[in-house]
Amino acid sequence: MSVKLNTRQVGDVSVVDVAGRITLGEGSSALRDTLRDMVSKSQKKILLNLGEVSYIDSSGIGELVSGFTTVTNSGGQLKLLNLNKRVKDLLQITKLYTVFDVHEDEAAAIRSFAS
Amino acid sequence: MRDKEHRVTETLERSLDSTLESVDSAEEIAVGAAQRAGFDEDNLMRIGMAVRESMVNAVVHGNRYSDKKKVRLSVVHGPEQLQVTIADEGEGFDFEQLPDPLAPENLMATSGRGIFLIRSFMDEFRMRRLDPGGTEVTLVKYLVSK
Repeated sequence: MSVKLNTRQVGDVSVVDVAGRITLGEGSSALRDTLRDMVSKSQKKILLNLGEVSYIDSSGIGELVSGFTTVTNSGGQLKLLNLNKRVKDLLQITKLYTVFDVHEDEAAAIRSFAS
Repeated sequence: MRDKEHRVTETLERSLDSTLESVDSAEEIAVGAAQRAGFDEDNLMRIGMAVRESMVNAVVHGNRYSDKKKVRLSVVHGPEQLQVTIADEGEGFDFEQLPDPLAPENLMATSGRGIFLIRSFMDEFRMRRLDPGGTEVTLVKYLVSK
């Protein structure tokens, strides 16, 4: 499998550890399905840990944006954690870096979610 | 081992199926050639991404995954540059009407960033309509000697 997704709870925050490639096909579909499933279960606080993401293409970026919009429109919050240089550069080039709330420390990210 | 002044020019040509596996293959072929040409890690990443995005456009938007249509890949590297050409057999599209993914109204779009990324990562990017049909894109990256 090109991407591995592991979901865990830290208090009322759902942390999704993403590893591998978020590219058109299996990778981006898996991320999309996971986020939609979480929204359907009314999970409002979602932290995507992208520390083990080795590769992301424009489709993967599109799924991050789509997920952000879906979660936000349902009254929730989606934040990003542990961006590596590649992902950070892509989000900066596409002017999306400031759209997302990005963190480098998981504990701080968890605390940042509004009640 | 040849020194820089006598770097071998390599030409690779492939006719690929319109599948996501071909996207991976093309990226591998191009990055392999770029590595042999002497590009550093950052530029290998940029070249790989640009080729991937171009192949996705050819496979998904051009040929629409048709098993009757091929994607033609050409990778040429010389002493000073790497050139990748990708041609599909689709219906073509209007290059002039591409939306700007950085425009405020498009920033949160879920697609439409591919060509912008290709242009960001490569030194030259050209598109042309093929006769009788299809689109050909040419990507060029200069190898700047240290």
